[in-house]
Amino acid sequence: MSLARQFWNGIASDNPVFRLVLGMCPTLAVTTEAVNGIGMGLATTFVLLCSNAVVSLIRSVIPAKVRIPAYIVVIAAFVTVVDLVMNAYAHDLHKALGVFIPLIVVNCVILGRAEAFASRNGVAASVADGLGMGLGFTLSLTLLGSVREVLGNGTLFGASLFGASYQPLIVMILPPGAFITLGLLLAGINRVGARES
Amino acid sequence: MREVARMVGVLTLVCVLAALALAKVYDLTEEPIREAKRQELLRAVGAVLPAFDNAPDADAREVDGVTYYPGRKVGELVGVAFPVRSNEGYSGTIEALVGVDPTGRVTGVVVLAHAETPGLGAKAADPGFLAQFNGRSLDDARWAVKKDGGDFDQITGATITPRAIVAAIRTGLERYRAAKPRMDVFGDQ
Repeated sequence: MSLARQFWNGIASDNPVFRLVLGMCPTLAVTTEAVNGIGMGLATTFVLLCSNAVVSLIRSVIPAKVRIPAYIVVIAAFVTVVDLVMNAYAHDLHKALGVFIPLIVVNCVILGRAEAFASRNGVAASVADGLGMGLGFTLSLTLLGSVREVLGNGTLFGASLFGASYQPLIVMILPPGAFITLGLLLAGINRVGARES
Repeated sequence: MREVARMVGVLTLVCVLAALALAKVYDLTEEPIREAKRQELLRAVGAVLPAFDNAPDADAREVDGVTYYPGRKVGELVGVAFPVRSNEGYSGTIEALVGVDPTGRVTGVVVLAHAETPGLGAKAADPGFLAQFNGRSLDDARWAVKKDGGDFDQITGATITPRAIVAAIRTGLERYRAAKPRMDVFGDQ
């Protein structure tokens, strides 16, 4: 499979949120605003890219029995890097995402790609896979965040859309709104997918 | 046996390399993180005090576990900012910063952190709600929400959060009054 194809897989046909339905915890929790979706998505993309590359590089020297702990150490190291760097240079975003940054360690998209893809493929393919999956994750979170922010707060990326008279649908930025939005988007995407096939 | 040794060896190596890399990153980001936190604090102090030209964090004094940040302009005290907190909100801890002028009148309040319900209690963190405290002091206001016979507005559908914030500010003002005589650096007011 070509690298470009591998990359597109993560964004479209194997999209982690809308197709594989992986990594639901951050997906549901942080998407109250579009900018949080982008921030969380890019942080996850960085970790996914780096962990896929490193796991692919060391895959031949890691004994099969300890591969999971080894992968987790690699992933946790990159997550801590993201945590520290965001705290230093994107302090407000770091505050908004809070505990969900360290929790990237347990995002199953990342360990899933390390185990299912990077540990069996070369570095170039793993990087393409990590980048595609990461951007697919980012796009999905941004889409969810945009819908919820527009309906629940009347703004998009912080800019007011409807003026002061708009009565926001507060439930959309509360936890139930995450499930409602995700459910409707999944249904729509499945519908389109069913028609195509 | 050889297999076990290899597993232990490889895993140890992975952990050591990860630790070394993290130590380096920690080292590089330690200073920027401290600076980002400082800027965050100064922004908040700037929002609750009249214009000042000193460095309130460098001049800060701690009394009974509360840090007081004095704002001075051309050497003269224009106000003091101090953090207040409450666990009486609807969920989690509410943290705020209160500024008072030398006569004890509130010059500004900002909420630094809270986990109140969006759209309801969270409105109490809006500048519009917090502006009602400006110009009030301990002696010229009844420090409770109107529902409890005080002078301050509650929010429709959310009484708990405003109640917590009013109580936190009052406690902060009382502590400041008690602490003031022991802070010589703040001058002779």
